[in-house]
Amino acid sequence: MTLAIAVAGLHKSYGEVHAVDGATFEVQQGEFFGILGPNGAGKTTTLEILEGLREADSGEVSVLGSSPWPRKPELMKRIGVQLQASSFFERLTAREQIRLFASLYGIGPARADELLDLVGMTEKAHTRTEKLSGGQAQRLSIACALVHDPDLVFLDEPTSGLDPQARRNLWDLLRDINGQGHTVVLTTHHLDEAEILCDRVAIMDHGKILALGPPATLVRGLEAPTRISIESGSVSEVDAQALADPDLEVTDDGISLTIATRTPAKVLAALAERNAMRGLSVRGATLEDVFLSLTGREFRE
Amino acid sequence: MTRGLGSLSRVMILGFVRDRTAMFFTILFPLMFLVLFGGLFKDSGLSKSEVLQIGPVAMFDQMPAADRADIGQIVTLIKVDDREKALDQVRKGDYAAAVEQQGGNVVLHYAAADVVRSGIVRGLLESMVQTSNLAAAGVSTPAFTLDAEPVEDRSLKTIQYVTPGILGWAIAVGATFGAAMTLVTWRQKKILRRLRLSPVPTSSIVGARVAVSLLVALVQMALFVGIASLPYFGLKLSNYWWMAIPLVVSATLAFMSIGLLAGSWAKSPEAASAIANLIVLPMAFLSGSFFPLDNAPGWLKNVSEVFPLKHLNEALLGVMVRGEGPGSAMPAIGILLGFAIVVGTIASFLFRWDDV
Repeated sequence: MTLAIAVAGLHKSYGEVHAVDGATFEVQQGEFFGILGPNGAGKTTTLEILEGLREADSGEVSVLGSSPWPRKPELMKRIGVQLQASSFFERLTAREQIRLFASLYGIGPARADELLDLVGMTEKAHTRTEKLSGGQAQRLSIACALVHDPDLVFLDEPTSGLDPQARRNLWDLLRDINGQGHTVVLTTHHLDEAEILCDRVAIMDHGKILALGPPATLVRGLEAPTRISIESGSVSEVDAQALADPDLEVTDDGISLTIATRTPAKVLAALAERNAMRGLSVRGATLEDVFLSLTGREFRE
Repeated sequence: MTRGLGSLSRVMILGFVRDRTAMFFTILFPLMFLVLFGGLFKDSGLSKSEVLQIGPVAMFDQMPAADRADIGQIVTLIKVDDREKALDQVRKGDYAAAVEQQGGNVVLHYAAADVVRSGIVRGLLESMVQTSNLAAAGVSTPAFTLDAEPVEDRSLKTIQYVTPGILGWAIAVGATFGAAMTLVTWRQKKILRRLRLSPVPTSSIVGARVAVSLLVALVQMALFVGIASLPYFGLKLSNYWWMAIPLVVSATLAFMSIGLLAGSWAKSPEAASAIANLIVLPMAFLSGSFFPLDNAPGWLKNVSEVFPLKHLNEALLGVMVRGEGPGSAMPAIGILLGFAIVVGTIASFLFRWDDV
């Protein structure tokens, strides 16, 4: 596979602040890549350098085989960008917006209407963008980013401010886009979103990349205990403690009894034997735990 | 490179036409002023003076019909009998003067409070008395006669002066606000950033804004001149009115540079609008858009020289109304273009693609 993005030793400072402090990573073509981190971690600056909006202080940057700085119109035709704020022209309908963006890339209105249909916005074609809901506006702006069939798509917090249902719908759309062969680079501060969508993620904090890899690999690498919950009172607490690893806790909040263990198979078998599996749920570690173990603090301050 | 020029111009026009506030302030609001000034003060100069005639006054009563018509253009004579009441009305300022005959004397009662009006009436009556005296003395062909001719077109009306001034102001509002608002809202809504991430060159973005502003200015001009030329208002254009087109074009560029400066400076549309207002409104007053600056103090006239609108207004008046030749507009065009280049360059240094 060829590389869509190659970054090595990237640095960018604003005065005293090191926004990006030596980031190195690569994105394969066709990959769904996520850049994660809390606000101020350096995600947006990294993205802006990749998009050619800012010049790096030092480091190697290659996007689709060429350097994004200084800005190259030819490169712009091959990348699609969805901005955090829905940057629409005022007082235009959804269809006028996407047809305009299409024309900026020399694409005809038929393809624009097709995209509008793809993101399920045909019904809203004649609605002014000011009147669209948050989810509709996000879908339209993703359609605007895809109208010229770019090889590489940058999505900056595409689901921020959406309700859970709208987020799920958007996830389906993003998966479809990636399935059609577009390389997708996503920044998000929703770790669950990255875990569901991304092939690989880079976790950033204070301008540095702390971890890089598939979400499942990062989580497994923690060797964090699995938490098994059952209905309270199904087994006695003493019994439960005997099942759990000696150094790990058993908690009972009156509703659920939770056993933390590194050998979940053994515990589950034991619970099955006792026929005590009512309300069973098994939770492994998540990217949040990865972040916690990397930085020593909760992801959300 | 002109990629996107056409489609960007189109969305700007759509955005403008659908923006009721912008339409109101650039088209309808100045038009209201034009109609108001042009309609309200249709008769130029001072209105006719009304003079009361108390009892019989031989000089008026025995006047030939032709002379009576002449005088009728300046004063309206109203015959009354009650002397006390008449004098009281003059005192109150209801009438310019009252005239009565006491034997061989024609007595003129006037209110000294209104110097201009009483002066007109006094001058008129004095000349009438002189003429009567000459006639009484048997002089029928005087050695000198005076014929008064206005230097402007005979049909000169207020609308002739009002149209160029209001048009200039309307163009200033349209171009300044158009440039400032596009810049600020596009920056704030990240449209500028989005355009930077498309293959569209900067020249297309600037070009589209300039093209739309020029179009708006020329539409304003066609509309204002068209309405002022209606028989009701009666604007008469002079032969070289077409020189107004290059004047309006260069003035639009000058006003856009002011708008770009305001838009580069301001962080929000509200601030941009306030800054633009702060510049455009005083400029309109000091450039003689609403009333002539002839009576303004010298230093104020000097200050007004820095405003592009002042030069536009004067040059427009010259070529549209006063019948000055095409060459008369050239200095103003030079000043306007120079202003646009200098201020536009300053604005380009302050320009930011992004809020941060």
